Amino acid sequence: MRSLAPTVICMALATRPVKGTAPGKRPSPARSLWDSTIGKKTVMAVSGLIMLGYLVAHMIGNLKVFFGPDEMNAYARFLRTMGEPVLHHEWALWLVRIVLVAAVVGHAVSAYQLSRRDIKARPQKYVHKRKRASYATRTMRWGGIILALFIVWHILDLTTGTVHPGEFEHLHPYQNLIDTFSTWYGNVIYIVAVSAVGLHVRHGFWSAAQTLGVGNARRERLLKLIANTLALVLTLGFVSVPVAVMTGVVS
Amino acid sequence: MKLTLRVWRQKNAGADGAMSTYEVDGISQDMSFLEMLDTLNEELILKGEDPVAFDHDCREGICGACSLVINGDAHGPERTTTCQLHMRSFDDGDTIDIEPWRASAFPVVKDLVVDRSAFDRIIQAGGYITAPTGAAPEAHATPVPKPDADFAFEHAECIGCGACVAACPNGSAMLFTSAKVNHLNVLPQGSPERETRVLDMVGQMDDEGFGGCTLTGECATACPKGIPLPSIAAMNKEWLRANRKAAKR
Repeated sequence: MRSLAPTVICMALATRPVKGTAPGKRPSPARSLWDSTIGKKTVMAVSGLIMLGYLVAHMIGNLKVFFGPDEMNAYARFLRTMGEPVLHHEWALWLVRIVLVAAVVGHAVSAYQLSRRDIKARPQKYVHKRKRASYATRTMRWGGIILALFIVWHILDLTTGTVHPGEFEHLHPYQNLIDTFSTWYGNVIYIVAVSAVGLHVRHGFWSAAQTLGVGNARRERLLKLIANTLALVLTLGFVSVPVAVMTGVVS
Repeated sequence: MKLTLRVWRQKNAGADGAMSTYEVDGISQDMSFLEMLDTLNEELILKGEDPVAFDHDCREGICGACSLVINGDAHGPERTTTCQLHMRSFDDGDTIDIEPWRASAFPVVKDLVVDRSAFDRIIQAGGYITAPTGAAPEAHATPVPKPDADFAFEHAECIGCGACVAACPNGSAMLFTSAKVNHLNVLPQGSPERETRVLDMVGQMDDEGFGGCTLTGECATACPKGIPLPSIAAMNKEWLRANRKAAKR
């Protein structure tokens, strides 16, 4: 029996060969950042935080609508002249746009690849269904798709003016947004989208903190509080503009 | 107690499975869930039918062998292992759904038994220390700060049952892997392989076809040993650190 024991152990270990990387043949750090699930989540976390930072600035900028057309339109002109005279006209704005496009693409590609992987990892559902996770958590994927579609419409509406209802005037955001929020569908699309932003940020900010390794047991409550506050403030700030147009506060 | 059981029956890995319904009577509320299944199997054997295959070993909640999804919950309604779940958690006349762990990395072997050797291969990839340890050393030979010892012990509690994977909507093994990585990485005995351990174990975890983490928290809710969700953040931190260090070399 004694002589058999090692053989038995070896057989048990050798039932299936170990797949994957052999020691010493590890992929390069950049490679593993993109190939590993944790690396891809890191891409999502960083790109998400970049977009979140932009959203906060955008929301604060939108509040200029409450100070009248002159201030709002002057702000729109400033966005083109910021960085001058070091940078050429609109360079700073284009830099922001390039970073944002990179963030959106990185976020979406990672999300798509991770989602495909996740669905493949759980091909068979349980027969006994029960509600899992919070609403914000469960709606991350659909919420993300809604937001991507919204961004396309939003740019075509208020940046290029392609699908703008009424006369689109470049550098007159005050008048333009009143046009959009004077249509029922403009209000509906916008309010649905910014509600989706709130839900997405609520789970996304906290998740980003976990992915970047900032979260720990002691910081749990603080991180959740920041996530909820950001979500609420962003949604309320964005929603205030169409509501102001609808109620006639802004006209 | 009289119960209606709906159990996943599947002849072998290749066969199609389905839920089969059985009635069991004379169940005491002091029985464990597995004893209730033993009762069912005795009846099935007497009738000349194939008994329900399920994994079990120590039956005292420490080995991690038992693995059932009961009414949609890994290990059932109580926060413990299936063997430590008692029938007093159910009512007379209940219908109970019993399913195997569901994950493509955990293929069904038969009925409720799944192949969890993917976990063994994650351990093989780095869940060990290379220092020769010999007999138990003098306790003060290697001082470990109390918070580190507590952190390591909390994660060492993982019994590798796979409830985290079963509960996760993505079939992710992040909680299991993080428990193993954190347990060894925080201790001086585990520090020589601190970077290679997390990189190799996460690499193996991905190669096994487990899903990614979306921080739903289902794993930590299901874990019979209470491995907390922030363990995943701690492993992410270790992984990012190791990847940065690898980039410098």
